[in-house]
Amino acid sequence: MKSTYSSNPAYLRALRSTVFYVIATIVSLVMFMPFLWSVLTSLKPDDEIFAFPIRWLPSRFTLEHYSDAFNTVPFLRYFGNSFYLAIMGVLTNLFFGSLGGYAFAKLNFKLSKPIFRILLAAMMIPGVVTMIPSFYVLMHLPFLGGNDWTGSGGNGLLNSFWAIILPGASGTFAVFFMRQFFLTLPSDMMEMARIEGAGEFRIFLQIYLPLTKPALATLGIFTFQAGWNSFLWPMIVLNDPLKHTIQMGLQAFSYNHQTDFGPMMAGALVAIVPILILFILLQRYFVQGIAFSGVKG
Amino acid sequence: MLRSKLNGHQARMGYLFITPTILLFAVFTVIPVVMAFYLSFTNYDVLSRMDWVGLDNYRKLIADDLLWQTFRNVLYYTVIFVPLNILTSLLVALLLNRASKGVKVFRTLNYLPTLTSAVAAATVWLWVLHPEFGLLNGFLSYFGITGPAWLSQSGTAMTSVIMVTLWQAIGSNMVIYLAGLQGVPDYLYESAKLDGANAVQRFRFITWPQLRPTTFLVSTMSIIGALQLFDQAFVLTQGGPANATKTPVYLIYQQGFNQLQMGYASSQAFVLALAILIFSLINMKLSKAEESIV
Repeated sequence: MKSTYSSNPAYLRALRSTVFYVIATIVSLVMFMPFLWSVLTSLKPDDEIFAFPIRWLPSRFTLEHYSDAFNTVPFLRYFGNSFYLAIMGVLTNLFFGSLGGYAFAKLNFKLSKPIFRILLAAMMIPGVVTMIPSFYVLMHLPFLGGNDWTGSGGNGLLNSFWAIILPGASGTFAVFFMRQFFLTLPSDMMEMARIEGAGEFRIFLQIYLPLTKPALATLGIFTFQAGWNSFLWPMIVLNDPLKHTIQMGLQAFSYNHQTDFGPMMAGALVAIVPILILFILLQRYFVQGIAFSGVKG
Repeated sequence: MLRSKLNGHQARMGYLFITPTILLFAVFTVIPVVMAFYLSFTNYDVLSRMDWVGLDNYRKLIADDLLWQTFRNVLYYTVIFVPLNILTSLLVALLLNRASKGVKVFRTLNYLPTLTSAVAAATVWLWVLHPEFGLLNGFLSYFGITGPAWLSQSGTAMTSVIMVTLWQAIGSNMVIYLAGLQGVPDYLYESAKLDGANAVQRFRFITWPQLRPTTFLVSTMSIIGALQLFDQAFVLTQGGPANATKTPVYLIYQQGFNQLQMGYASSQAFVLALAILIFSLINMKLSKAEESIV
């Protein structure tokens, strides 16, 4: 809370500031401790992991848990799968989301408002309701994955990455998010370009889209994070072990090697690191994005 | 004449631009919702059957003790988690809503847990909560306390799930609350101070009412998320011990995709959706009711 300290004596100000730093440090330490603990664990030799009382710093640092994790489970492969899926999610959502968002914000057509309202209202439907029938739909898409025109005969898109990419390719949130951003841009550039004979798609792609870079960055980060971290849906549609994602691999590892805490922590950290790097590089877009989701309410 | 032609062209392009979104929406939202409703009246099992069984599934679930236990579990979780989430996020936001040196570092440290996936967070906490060598019990032992076997006792298993999910939820809600706090006009505090209001009164009569939209957003999102709890319960405890942390989504996943009783699982999904709707409405009523008091 903002307050004017001018009326307070100096010692009171110092006291308040000290109290703030003490409490903030304790709270932040508590929140950060599980990370620190898992990093230290992943670098300790086994006998020091299982020590009582806690042995905080290892006598020697070792990377053996990382190589163990990567040797028992094809983590690298899982890492690549997750990366591919997350990137595809970002690309499709940025493109279809801004295309749709632009149309709803800038182009006049009769059903613009009602369609947009339906999309928004549908965001309220909990994911658990569509989980089973989406599986059915993917399995029975006609002409795909060995299916005939009636959608039977094969497995459709199940067990392929498309089963994850397609259902999430144009999230309503992406459309909504981009629409809000396009609404803040002036429309006169559009008129000018039309007079000069530019097509609607070119106006979108070459004039408006470049202006939305900050919004695209924010949306891209969130889509990447959601794709990278998703667990239940990939577990449902991907059976082939070679197609598993990093989250599935990590869960399977922690389930199958319940006492190998060193490699387990190494695996968990590997699953966290890409998002962490993204965060460090693009911190301001993260905060903008959450602030936006707070404003929309 | 030219104008209307231009508008017609613009409209066509508008429809063209939203076509991919609408197609995907139709295939992966509209059709599934309609189908989910239909499936819940069938005995669909992926392999062979999809016969109409009327209300059989719904009759069956009324007598399904396990289903109701999962509902009790997740209601217990929600009732504890959601208020705690609001309270802790708001407290941290209030603490860090100042311009002191180093405040950004504190915010970042509190935000980091939200970046982790549910699976990675739960994996880290599997080790933090280890009964003998874990961080938490090791810490408690400094004070001479012997901590419980957090994840393998039915009394503490749900507490553990609450801890982990709270750890992950505080960061983003803190940022939402910080944005909300920044939107409270300064003059309100200034004039309250002139009237001699103390810090508690200023919070009670200015901050809290001004943050109502923010609290409504945070509570709505965390209710919807809490009732669909799955990832953490799956990784931390596999729903155990003795189903103490099994949630409806967990059960629906098992029924639908392990036992392939997709018709029955669909009816359970509808009951859960109904529960989510009811809780969201109650939440809406509560935040409206508060409005009239203040």
